[in-house]
Amino acid sequence: MNDAFQVHSDPELWEKLGMDVARFSGMPAMLTNAYKNIFLSQHNRPSKMAYFDDMVANIHTGRIREIYDAKQGGKPVVGTFCVYVPEELVVAAGGICIGLCGGAQGSIADAEKILPRNICPMVKSAFGFKVGKICPYFQVVDLVYGETTCDAKKKTWELLDRYVPTHVMEIPQMKRERDKRLWLDEVKDFKAAVERITDTVADFDAVSAGIKTINAKRFALQRLNSLRHHNPSPISGRDMLLIEQIAFYDEPVRFAQKVHELCDELEQRISSGDAVAPTSTPRIMVSGTPMALPNWKLHYIIESAGAIVVNEESCIGTRYYKDLIDEGSTDLDQQLERLTERYMKIDCSCFTPNDDRMAQVLKEYEASGAEGIIDYCLQFCHTYNIEAVKLREMCEARGIPFMSIETDYSPDDMGQLQTRVEAFLEQIRG
Amino acid sequence: MQVGIDLGSRTIKTVALQGGALLQRRVVESGFEPHRQALQMLGEHPRARVVATGYGRHLMQQHAKLDIITEIKAHALGARHLFPTCRAILDVGGQDSKVIQLSESGRIVNFQMNDKCAAGTGRFLEMMAVSLGYDMKQFGLAAAEAQGCTAINSMCAVFAESEVVSLKNRGVPPGDIARSVHLAVASRLAAMVQKTCECQHLVFTGGVANNKTLVAMLEKALGVPILVPEDPSVTGALGAALHAGSS
Repeated sequence: MNDAFQVHSDPELWEKLGMDVARFSGMPAMLTNAYKNIFLSQHNRPSKMAYFDDMVANIHTGRIREIYDAKQGGKPVVGTFCVYVPEELVVAAGGICIGLCGGAQGSIADAEKILPRNICPMVKSAFGFKVGKICPYFQVVDLVYGETTCDAKKKTWELLDRYVPTHVMEIPQMKRERDKRLWLDEVKDFKAAVERITDTVADFDAVSAGIKTINAKRFALQRLNSLRHHNPSPISGRDMLLIEQIAFYDEPVRFAQKVHELCDELEQRISSGDAVAPTSTPRIMVSGTPMALPNWKLHYIIESAGAIVVNEESCIGTRYYKDLIDEGSTDLDQQLERLTERYMKIDCSCFTPNDDRMAQVLKEYEASGAEGIIDYCLQFCHTYNIEAVKLREMCEARGIPFMSIETDYSPDDMGQLQTRVEAFLEQIRG
Repeated sequence: MQVGIDLGSRTIKTVALQGGALLQRRVVESGFEPHRQALQMLGEHPRARVVATGYGRHLMQQHAKLDIITEIKAHALGARHLFPTCRAILDVGGQDSKVIQLSESGRIVNFQMNDKCAAGTGRFLEMMAVSLGYDMKQFGLAAAEAQGCTAINSMCAVFAESEVVSLKNRGVPPGDIARSVHLAVASRLAAMVQKTCECQHLVFTGGVANNKTLVAMLEKALGVPILVPEDPSVTGALGAALHAGSS
């Protein structure tokens, strides 16, 4: 398995997508290497991870081909950068929704030719992928839908619009009645914009189907996460993170089915006592900013130091799937209201106040049986960085070991992070 | 016999203990191949139980049979051994600075470490000393003797260096600049300590604690007594040696 794994290439397809093929051609080999080291070197992985390995092998080929063919068949593709943009409505209107967040150091230099250096690496990575034409997903989208969750993003969208049509959805930053009304209007505008490119009108039945599809995907992830909380863990933290990342680019119906197949296997593993780490392994919960593909840095450090990650309180994690939309609506207006209500439960640090998140972190900490929290903050993400102060206070008051780290995608602080993570584990072990 | 070896970014330190008593302590430059240097130092104690710490601990594990602990735990053990009631430790080494908070019984309850940034570390002080034409000893003395002071605004090692260059070119005496650099570092370290814990007294370890001017400034900034071991740079190696005895 280990030796056979390879991230595939398809220069012909990449050419059609207008990519910088010469530059991109080295990428599959790099990813193959990293994936073998980080994922395939693990022992006793669940066999149903094979599907997700295959999703990585086909990340630049098979899945892109699938999207490309669907697009030729009349399904427009919408790219997004945030869990606040309602993908249910894209599915309802007959489109494909893809998460485009960037998690690689390789495109940062492209971005820094234009953007200031001292902004979030996720924004730079994503922007750099488009500018350098080195992301097949960015190349295949018809339009991108940004939002206003942070300053770096909302101002970058103005520049991104020069390379790909970029719409922006205003996400309010408070949750008062008037903010809710604004949000609902934004949702309606979003629906109309998506309908314009798919040239359809998403009626009650279509929206109902869209909600069902994405609810099913989120529900599958909920099931997986609760199985994963079992001690001893039936699956590693990095495998879980990978699945949470794949949720943003896979076909939702198939993805949900494959996640359930994995869940069935994990149930068997749990009943037969088959685990990836003994019960004595320190259990760490990660909270904070998202880790976009192929950002596996922190999980790899934590698990290499002899601990296991048991929860991601993150946008690429529980923040994406903890809430479902009520499916009991009787008309379209009610559907959109219920949809908006669900999205308003997302507890991004861009909101003030955001005390719901404190309660959520605590809830997940308890549910996951974690023994400590490592808060992960991407450099220059001010809202999460500042919110870590409150998280720390909450954890200290309850005697929960807590450590916050701030980092980016570059490997140059690996040594320092390793030391801090190991010291944190020493602290937990006592 | 127990030996602790601390492979830091600038120097390698060993402490050998026999029956709990100090037998030997050494500090040498890390050089380009720290593990060879370290193996040579360990060669003097062939039958000792060894625990490694510091940046090179994982590297050492590839070359010798030994246990490892982090610098944070090592400094906590070492400092607690020297000052049995201490609850707060500041360790400033070549590459990073850390604040460690201990419980009454000596358990680590919290720690802070600088992020990917050299400000407030030994390396930062060295760079500033070099750009002013001092060695480390003169640098501290010049700062202590200087009368004047000017603000160093930048705490980024790279920007601070350009700031120092422009101050020199404005005719500010090097001693005044040295004093300002010391004050800036002391204020940064004080903030780091205050962010982590409230303390009655602070144990200051690591090579930078040899700088008496900085210790005095930090003491003033924090308003609590600062205790410095006789040889602060070997505190981590001492902690590792103590751990070798307990494991």
